[in-house]
Amino acid sequence: MSDPSDKPAITLYRLQACPFCERVVRKLDAYDLSYQSRFVEPMHSDRNIVKRVSGARTVPAIVDEETGVTMSESANIVEYLDATYGGAN
Amino acid sequence: MDLGFDVVALPESNHPGVGEVAPDFTRPLVNDEYWKDVSLSSLTAENPVLLVCYPMDGAFPATYIWNELRDRDFENTFDVTVVGLSISSPYEHASFITEREIDYALFSDPQNEVAEAYDIVNTLDGMAGVSEPRPAVFLLDTDRTIQYVWVAHEWPEFPEYDAIADALATHCESV
Repeated sequence: MSDPSDKPAITLYRLQACPFCERVVRKLDAYDLSYQSRFVEPMHSDRNIVKRVSGARTVPAIVDEETGVTMSESANIVEYLDATYGGAN
Repeated sequence: MDLGFDVVALPESNHPGVGEVAPDFTRPLVNDEYWKDVSLSSLTAENPVLLVCYPMDGAFPATYIWNELRDRDFENTFDVTVVGLSISSPYEHASFITEREIDYALFSDPQNEVAEAYDIVNTLDGMAGVSEPRPAVFLLDTDRTIQYVWVAHEWPEFPEYDAIADALATHCESV
């Protein structure tokens, strides 16, 4: 059921109930992009994975293996998704 | 255990046995940094898996079981992935992993549906509405076929760690 080749290109680092993260989710859904969610904990000190990936401990952060882009800040991410995947819509 | 009195016997179970394919499931899998939805089959596709079903994080059997598994360090001896499964939330798993200093990832199944699929439900007396898996250990090969199984028949009862080690030595390559 989960063939590694089916692995979505986009990974979203998110915090449960974080409105900025949900903003990104809505945009991903709007463009029908498949993504996998990695949930982290509320304490910034518990977010080393996000720091290693993006350089900052903030969420949301996305990694798009399709384009090689890693990005933080929901406004930036939404802008990136619009620019990259919004053309046909 | 020899306590000098009878402990609670658990009812008969039709859990899957050796040679049968373990039911697949997808649940949040928690490691020391994050959690994401992972299927059991995606783990077995990579490696044999030792699936350890255990009482909720914080119960003393959970502490005993994972202290023992941490100290046995099977993953450093055998080509196997050790994963846990309990009804505890991802947040509780994250704390438990830190407290117990374990390197293993833990599945979170608050609805206890995996235990239902495996017929290892333990309905907890005195905790209305709460059930969890009875302690159980399944060694799965890369096709999810069960190579070894142990399921608790009493409450409490603990895995037979030496038998697990023997099963790993029989069915998994050394690393």
